[in-house]
Amino acid sequence: MKTKTEKSVTIKDVSSKKTVNEIKIKLPSLSVNEGVARAVCAAFCAQLDPTSTEIADVKCAVSEAVTNCIVHAYKDTVGIIYITVRLCEGRIARIDIRDRGCGIEDVTLARQPLFTTDAENERSGMGFTVMESFCDRVKVTSKSGVGTTVTLIKQFAGK
Amino acid sequence: MIIKKGCNFESEYEDGTLRVSLIGEIDHHSAVSVRTAIDEKIYSLRPRKMIMDLSKIDFMDSSGLGLIMGRYALIGKLGGDFCISEPSDRVMRVFELSGLGRIIKIEKSGK
Repeated sequence: MKTKTEKSVTIKDVSSKKTVNEIKIKLPSLSVNEGVARAVCAAFCAQLDPTSTEIADVKCAVSEAVTNCIVHAYKDTVGIIYITVRLCEGRIARIDIRDRGCGIEDVTLARQPLFTTDAENERSGMGFTVMESFCDRVKVTSKSGVGTTVTLIKQFAGK
Repeated sequence: MIIKKGCNFESEYEDGTLRVSLIGEIDHHSAVSVRTAIDEKIYSLRPRKMIMDLSKIDFMDSSGLGLIMGRYALIGKLGGDFCISEPSDRVMRVFELSGLGRIIKIEKSGK
């Protein structure tokens, strides 16, 4: 497994890179779309020729972020999930997953392993931990009552 | 790319042991229906031991952890033993993040 080192790509690095290709997806927050979202993101990232492990990392991280939108952001309602995948120079994928849901009151707390606000529905509280472990960078910006954007950065090392 | 439809399971019951083999992709969407069906089996059979076979799982995210943890807790409450069997390397990566490997027994044939 790749470990986080100083060489690991940062969000700032990615902002300065040229976008080579981009896709935007808009989905209603129905749980059936979790599989659709991760499959589309993975298929798009396949252009960068990632390894099967890297593509599985992307699928898992996207699945977690989209599940959060459905389970938490749009808890008792159906809203729209906006996903943008940008493929950048340097074999970097930047995936933004945005909702206009309830927002997260305390992002630092929400990112703690095993923290969940929904234990009775068997949520493991490991969503952000999985995203952080399987991506190079995870950025979360959120405002109560406005929504949340999760940015996943994954650099593909190649075969 | 094929978008697979959810998760199914097969089950066998013999001499107090319930073996449940999960097949497909476990996410939040598929976990809900599979959970209900597995729990019906558990409540009707009251197994002394439950083995959850994960060898046919193609994808699992943290919702799978919730599914495993929940069944582990239920079987424990009913006084039985619980273990998982044949997790792929991929499943193990998610599993290890949670620290569940220290709590739940894992059976591997050593292939």
